[in-house]
Amino acid sequence: MRRVAVIGTGHSKFCFNSPKTSVEMLSEVAMDAINEANITPKDVQAVNVGNVLGDFEEGQGMVQSFFANDIGCFNVAASRFEGACASGSMAVRDAVMWVASGYYDIMLVGGVEKCTAMGTSLATRTFAMFGDSRYEFPAGFTFPAVFALLSHLYASQYDISLPTLKEQMASVSVQSHEYAIKNPNAQIQKQITAQDALNSFMVSTPIQLQDACPFSDGAAAIVIASEEVAKKLVKKPVYFAGIGQASSGKLSSQKKYLPRIRARELASQQSYSMAGLTPKDMDLCELHDCFSIAAMIAAEGLGFFEYGKSGEAWLNGETRIGGKIPINISGGLKAKGHPIGATGVSQVYEVTRQLRGDMIDQGRQVEGAKNGIIDTLGGDGVLVSMILTNQ
Amino acid sequence: MEYKLTFKEYNKSLKKDKLLGLKCNDCGTVTCPPMMVCGECTSMNHEISELSGKGKIVTFTTSYIAAEGRENEAPYTIVMVELDEGPWIMGNLVDMDPKKVTMDVIGKRVKLGNRVFPGDKFSAGDITRPAFSLDN
Repeated sequence: MRRVAVIGTGHSKFCFNSPKTSVEMLSEVAMDAINEANITPKDVQAVNVGNVLGDFEEGQGMVQSFFANDIGCFNVAASRFEGACASGSMAVRDAVMWVASGYYDIMLVGGVEKCTAMGTSLATRTFAMFGDSRYEFPAGFTFPAVFALLSHLYASQYDISLPTLKEQMASVSVQSHEYAIKNPNAQIQKQITAQDALNSFMVSTPIQLQDACPFSDGAAAIVIASEEVAKKLVKKPVYFAGIGQASSGKLSSQKKYLPRIRARELASQQSYSMAGLTPKDMDLCELHDCFSIAAMIAAEGLGFFEYGKSGEAWLNGETRIGGKIPINISGGLKAKGHPIGATGVSQVYEVTRQLRGDMIDQGRQVEGAKNGIIDTLGGDGVLVSMILTNQ
Repeated sequence: MEYKLTFKEYNKSLKKDKLLGLKCNDCGTVTCPPMMVCGECTSMNHEISELSGKGKIVTFTTSYIAAEGRENEAPYTIVMVELDEGPWIMGNLVDMDPKKVTMDVIGKRVKLGNRVFPGDKFSAGDITRPAFSLDN
């Protein structure tokens, strides 16, 4: 297989109530990525798009074709990926494989979502469609509830008192908000304190409003190319060193492993093994913190901390720039925002820009970063992991 | 290949407080809710078996928000129960004030009843779920 590089990136500001349509949001970031890659839309051989709920948000299915046409990628193969919140990462991973195989040389990958158009109650209903509709939704399954179940299980399994766990969870949110202030694309640029988190509205015990990411609108896009093509087009290609994806079934069927997410561990092992790297080689990480507890579970599953210990790591600053592993220096899903179909592409955008050294002006550059990993979780059952490198 | 225990049949039984699962003739594992294959060894050599409906709570949450159309159910308590036969199953805890449910319920024994979600425009009909109460 050939090496594949990111050669162009684009990212909208994530927000509530975007005045733009999904096609407009996606087209804008795609043109930014195309311009940065020094190509034109005519050079794009195929388009992959992560989009989850366009059907409910704007009554728009198969947004990928209308989007491709809108930017002048006329008649190219355009495919939509749906794996709940991991859709964007699935779209990227699939494109990487097409280019690695030699089938295409240049592909455009985008992700877009207009979640806030649904309003909170329909959004809660449609997000719950990514749990098991027959056997788990009827009990009142929502995603806050899933991570709430995992929070209590985490406390009981690792013998951590609930007040201690809550303090750890609050520290995850506080850190994300701090970095989001430095990220102009972030949806929520406001400092919060641990006390703010602990005083916020109770969503589903023990998950409070400030443990949860917002509903978001936004888009992100990247252009990828084979190594040979990439080197001709840009000065600083960033390469995919490893990719992985795994799936799992309904929450109850994962009983042997919970609160660990087995599919994440398998997906990340695939990427580490393909890259020939280990967690110790990672200089930064963008992981799926849809809830504060989700970030803690993810950091352990990716091999950065022992099981039950990541909360202490956040409290001790080991997840900040200068710490053991800088995590979610973008502000994460929590504060950067989580337009679900765009999230995975946004994570790749972030890590690519960090590995190019582009974040100095924003005051959040991880100095000398060589390798970064992204982790995306979709619903109960799609986990994607990708390692990027500038080496 | 036919699905041995369909959702339709499972749902109909649960409405009568009968919890059905699949017992594997090869490895002995009980799978519930039903799947095409044994959840442990993937064998299809299994048969329908009625479970006791008893078990213990492994985790819980009380939700103050709900999906569209179900707002009047909040607050409600979701529990994950480890059944005596081994499987975990999601249901509600119905005989305690949801606002008073704490970590103390973890490990408590429960017995099965049922509640029916009447359905919405996305659900393809009504769906029954386990409604557990403490088994003192």
